[in-house]
Amino acid sequence: MAAIYLRELKSYFLTPIGYIFCGMFLVVSGLAFAQCTLLAQSTSSIGEYFVWMMIIFAVLIPLLTMKLFSEDRKTRTDQILLTSPVSVFGIVMGKYLAALTVFAASFVVNSFNFVLLYRYGSPNSLSIIMSIIGVFLLGAAFIAIGLFLSSLTENQLIAAVSAMGVNAAMLLISLVANNVEATGPRTILKWFSVMDRFTPFTNQMLDVSAIVYYLSLAAIFLFLTDRVIEKRRWA
Amino acid sequence: MIEITDVRKSFGDKHAVDGISFRVEEGEIMGFLGPNGAGKSTTLNIITGYLSADSGTVRIDGTDILTDPLKAKKDIGFLPEIPPLYLEMTVIEYLNFVYDLKGCKLPRKQHLKEICEVVKIWDVGKRLIKNLSKGYRQRVGIAQALIGNPKVLIFDEPTIGLDPRQIIEIRNLIRMLGKEHTIILSTHILPEVQAVCDKIVVINKGTIVANEKTEDLINAVDGTRKLIAKIVGPEDEVLKTLRSLGGIKTADSIGKRDTDSISYLIESQDRVDIRKPLFYTLASKGWPLIGLEGVELSLEDIFIRLVGKEKPDNKKQRKAGN
Repeated sequence: MAAIYLRELKSYFLTPIGYIFCGMFLVVSGLAFAQCTLLAQSTSSIGEYFVWMMIIFAVLIPLLTMKLFSEDRKTRTDQILLTSPVSVFGIVMGKYLAALTVFAASFVVNSFNFVLLYRYGSPNSLSIIMSIIGVFLLGAAFIAIGLFLSSLTENQLIAAVSAMGVNAAMLLISLVANNVEATGPRTILKWFSVMDRFTPFTNQMLDVSAIVYYLSLAAIFLFLTDRVIEKRRWA
Repeated sequence: MIEITDVRKSFGDKHAVDGISFRVEEGEIMGFLGPNGAGKSTTLNIITGYLSADSGTVRIDGTDILTDPLKAKKDIGFLPEIPPLYLEMTVIEYLNFVYDLKGCKLPRKQHLKEICEVVKIWDVGKRLIKNLSKGYRQRVGIAQALIGNPKVLIFDEPTIGLDPRQIIEIRNLIRMLGKEHTIILSTHILPEVQAVCDKIVVINKGTIVANEKTEDLINAVDGTRKLIAKIVGPEDEVLKTLRSLGGIKTADSIGKRDTDSISYLIESQDRVDIRKPLFYTLASKGWPLIGLEGVELSLEDIFIRLVGKEKPDNKKQRKAGN
């Protein structure tokens, strides 16, 4: 697993994808940060900034995940992975952790933006820390979704676009849920809504159920990726 | 070392591999022959654990690839039809990655250097794989298969797309590797297996049509023996005599004329050696026999007969000393 992790991590920066992701992520999130805090002359819009972060994740994370399995299938390099003494889950985790590392590194650099707020005001630190944890977990779940969709196709573009679609749908469920009058369906939709799960973090609460939800979402898609690859061997 | 028993694999309605069984003993080089789409690559992918069989067992040095895949895979070095190379890496980076991937315990620097020297890629170690020629890429593919010094090497069409000089080099390399490894060499280039392999398994439409030692395969397919005889004498009379001689199936002039001799292609009946009667008959007639050489069926002929597509072409027959 460690060999795959290191290779994938290196490959992000041997190809333009890693630079494009980091660059775009820092520029766009920086603009959103400036708009929501510095230009608004207020830290009260910090919640709005995190909503922007979710939208940015939904669009940019698929760039990070699109090649993970689709490229291996297309170039047949999956043959060396699957015929080596490494378990399929080890391969899946190696790739997942590599994408998560690039994402986390960009995220850490991006988080230095918040230092600026302390120079000009007194932001609510707990709210910021909780929100950072929540949005990071959401990003980790989006990476698992992207990884899964990458395992379904040889085409990186299809993997990226479908991941953007799924991520957007998961964000929009919340809006749909608010317009559903029947209590039962609305509860179910809200349960699936990644937005609604995020709300407690902005309210300075470390919501264990929300953490479990995001981690479960990631775990389910990692498991499904493992099954897809295993099933292809049996197809 | 490799034991395949009643392996089956279907893709939808198509039976890609339909109950094949064979063994490869330690230190053997086995040629795995078959036309395109016969099931060669599918079989190799099952042996290496890339695909799972619908039924049947594959054992590598006694370990079932299905029940203990990680142990079995440690003993296999695989070069697929398309070498699995990461083009954005340098050769050394790639080999180091494979070394880590296989969990190799041999001394890293020394082991990789030895492999690079064996496959002659040491001079391109720092170059990006995407900038290498096809021949070098193939060598890097072979190098990755050798990492960890596995007992079994499986090469799927290793010389495809190479120029004649590279083909000879790769064949020599495989022959050399065969001294220390058990090898399966899949190919549809028949002289390749003739030059390199101890035994041959021929597969067609997912089933095995021959499983013999290389030299036995020729006799197994066709017991007849062909000779080219250079005889000095009147052509019509010589032909008439040859055709009346017991044990000879056919005799034809093939028109090769030296100063005064004519060459005849003679085909004996099954498992009959007609060389001595031929000599005495010609001697009694006073027609000097100034040359006699055997003509073996080439593997092309054998292959075509086995898969039953068309009759062999005499022009493709390979001459061999008798």
